Amino acid sequence: MENFLQQLINGVTLGSIYGLIAIGYTMVFGIIGMVNFAHGDVFMLSAFIALIIFLALTQLLGLTSLGLVFLIVLMGAMVLTALWNWAIERVAYRPLRGSFRLAPLISAIGMSIFLANFVQVVQGPRNKPVPPMFTDVIHVTSGGAFDVTLSYKQILIVSVTGVLLLVFWYLVQKTALGRAQRACEQDRTMAALLGVDVDRTISLTFIIGAALAAVAGSLYMMYYGVVNFSDGFTPGVKAFTAAVLGGIGSLPGAVIGGLLIGLIETFWAAYFSSDYKDVAAFSILIVTLIFMPSGLLGRPEVEKV
Amino acid sequence: MSPALPITRALREAGLAGLVAAGLAFPILVLGTEMNQSNRLVLEQRWSWMAIAAGLVFVGRFLVLMFARTPKRAAPQIGGLVLSPVLSRIGVIALFLFPLVMLFWLGPQGSLKWINNYGVQILIYVMLGWGLNIVVGLAGLLDLGYVAFYAVGAYTYALLSTHFGLSFWICLPLAGLMAASWGAMLGFPVLRLRGDYLAIVTLAFGEIVSAVLTNWTDFSNGKAGIMSIPRITFFGLPFTASENGFAATFGLEFQAIHRTMFLFYLILALALITHVVTLRLRALPVGRAWEALREDEIACRSLGINTVNTKLTAFALGAMFAGFAGSFFAVRQGFVNPDSFTFMESATILAIVVLGGMGSQMGVALAAVVMVGGTELLRELTFLKEVFGSSFDPSLYRMLLFGLAMVVMMIWRPRGLISSREPSVFLAQKKNVSGTHVQEGHG
Repeated sequence: MENFLQQLINGVTLGSIYGLIAIGYTMVFGIIGMVNFAHGDVFMLSAFIALIIFLALTQLLGLTSLGLVFLIVLMGAMVLTALWNWAIERVAYRPLRGSFRLAPLISAIGMSIFLANFVQVVQGPRNKPVPPMFTDVIHVTSGGAFDVTLSYKQILIVSVTGVLLLVFWYLVQKTALGRAQRACEQDRTMAALLGVDVDRTISLTFIIGAALAAVAGSLYMMYYGVVNFSDGFTPGVKAFTAAVLGGIGSLPGAVIGGLLIGLIETFWAAYFSSDYKDVAAFSILIVTLIFMPSGLLGRPEVEKV
Repeated sequence: MSPALPITRALREAGLAGLVAAGLAFPILVLGTEMNQSNRLVLEQRWSWMAIAAGLVFVGRFLVLMFARTPKRAAPQIGGLVLSPVLSRIGVIALFLFPLVMLFWLGPQGSLKWINNYGVQILIYVMLGWGLNIVVGLAGLLDLGYVAFYAVGAYTYALLSTHFGLSFWICLPLAGLMAASWGAMLGFPVLRLRGDYLAIVTLAFGEIVSAVLTNWTDFSNGKAGIMSIPRITFFGLPFTASENGFAATFGLEFQAIHRTMFLFYLILALALITHVVTLRLRALPVGRAWEALREDEIACRSLGINTVNTKLTAFALGAMFAGFAGSFFAVRQGFVNPDSFTFMESATILAIVVLGGMGSQMGVALAAVVMVGGTELLRELTFLKEVFGSSFDPSLYRMLLFGLAMVVMMIWRPRGLISSREPSVFLAQKKNVSGTHVQEGHG
């Protein structure tokens, strides 16, 4: 029982990070029908930016209030990563809009290789350890086989994710930008005819996706305490898996998919073998898709002749 | 040609791009993280890097604006490189002569590197590209886990030869069969999936295969890989200095180049077999069904084409060639481990297929030469050390430039290097058609 509770806490934490990245995938897919393979590396880049801002604040400026530092790190990483993703969309994807489906995919894979190697060249290939932060824990139960703990980090991750998802939901459902975004998702030509600036909306989609990935990146950096240039691939693929599992193009689907993948991975590692946790996550994806070919919440593609 | 921009506007736009680059460079370039003696991360400031990055982007953007054609958005590309059969015949003859020319030019020692790193390496990717071309280019099924079959082929030979002592010539067809059955196995669950769902499942399949190879140590020896795999023999004669070796039997002096030459001609033969089989299959009902499936799946079904069989044969045949290539890879390296079969490999092969022009055999070969040969060439740029100082390592920038080249080539030619296709069925006269008229499939 203790084990179950503990793994549930860990799984939800990991799932929150996956969910935040998955939203970036699913939004971009929804609006331009493209799998943004570079998104995982944008996430990795944001973790590096967060690390550098953190070090700059604590070492160069000598700030000591951890809460304030963390807030600035989060904001800074969001803004700078958004700028990166905006530039990436401008350079690598916009010229290929309206081209055939595989062209932006290959461009995105190229961008992903570029980003990972760029970070390797400018920051070095070694692991970058971060001093531990928010180390306090709450003992949820005690007296059993072992104490179930809930660390401040985990509370922070889940609550930041929750707040952001609320803000994001409001943005997409209630604002003019969200309406434009959903309109472009349904029919880009029609939206353009009705006066929606499609290019601007797509740019904003990339910016929002990157900002959410940056939050995930900062939280990841803080939670695991180490970043490496190759850290983009695995979380990226997992988040993409999460987006597809939830039904690609569906925003609640991305969050649910992220949580599911996080939980599956954690429970598999805890109860069976940590070596095969990736295999478990991917197998569940394959099995789900066999029975529900468009994911959990995805709309089935209706084909018209 | 686009009208040349007025110089003031070009300068302003380039200035903006430089400014953005400076903004992008701000934390990640300017502040480097280094470990100090006590293993703590410290920051190192290098503002000059930011200036260099901004300057490079400014100059680059300015030159592009002034001198490059602006790409026409989604305009159909007509023409492009049209390669006649004469040219491809010349290409094949040149490939046959390549090792001999290198041998006479650089001698048995000097030519070894060129035949191995360029000849054999490029031909492996040409073969993989042609194999994947069946799945992606002809049948229109997006496969992001192609490297799994390459791995199946490599491990089939590695395991059968080390455990049961089977020779390469027995294992080669077995590896192909094995990979083909794995291809069919992957094919079954994904039959109902379309588009990106298919792509993610193939990717997941590739990741599962590589995770199993990494973690199932009893079977594959995990990360450490399988070592001392028997080397290639000349149909039974080993390439060694011994009495019954290849050199002694033919009365030659023993040299390492013999094996490399043999490997080169072997992979050339395997690649050409892939090519010829693909060409012949395109003329057969199954090949026509693949292309019809790519063009329109619903029309296919209404005309009574069995889409299940069509998809499965495409997956299985594509996988079979990857299996052949895999067992060749194992016999060439003498060592396999899961690191050779990562998603990066799948992405590279897919990039070769798409950059070459999907469905165009010549284009795929050309793209393999450009991408693989180009990145290999970057290893040779040691003279840059003299320009930028000895701490400058050009091979560090190899993959960085590889990624950048993928983006640039895609923007320059979204339909691939060769943007015309040879029709497989035609009326009266065979004419090249533009790649824009070819669908890319939904699967």
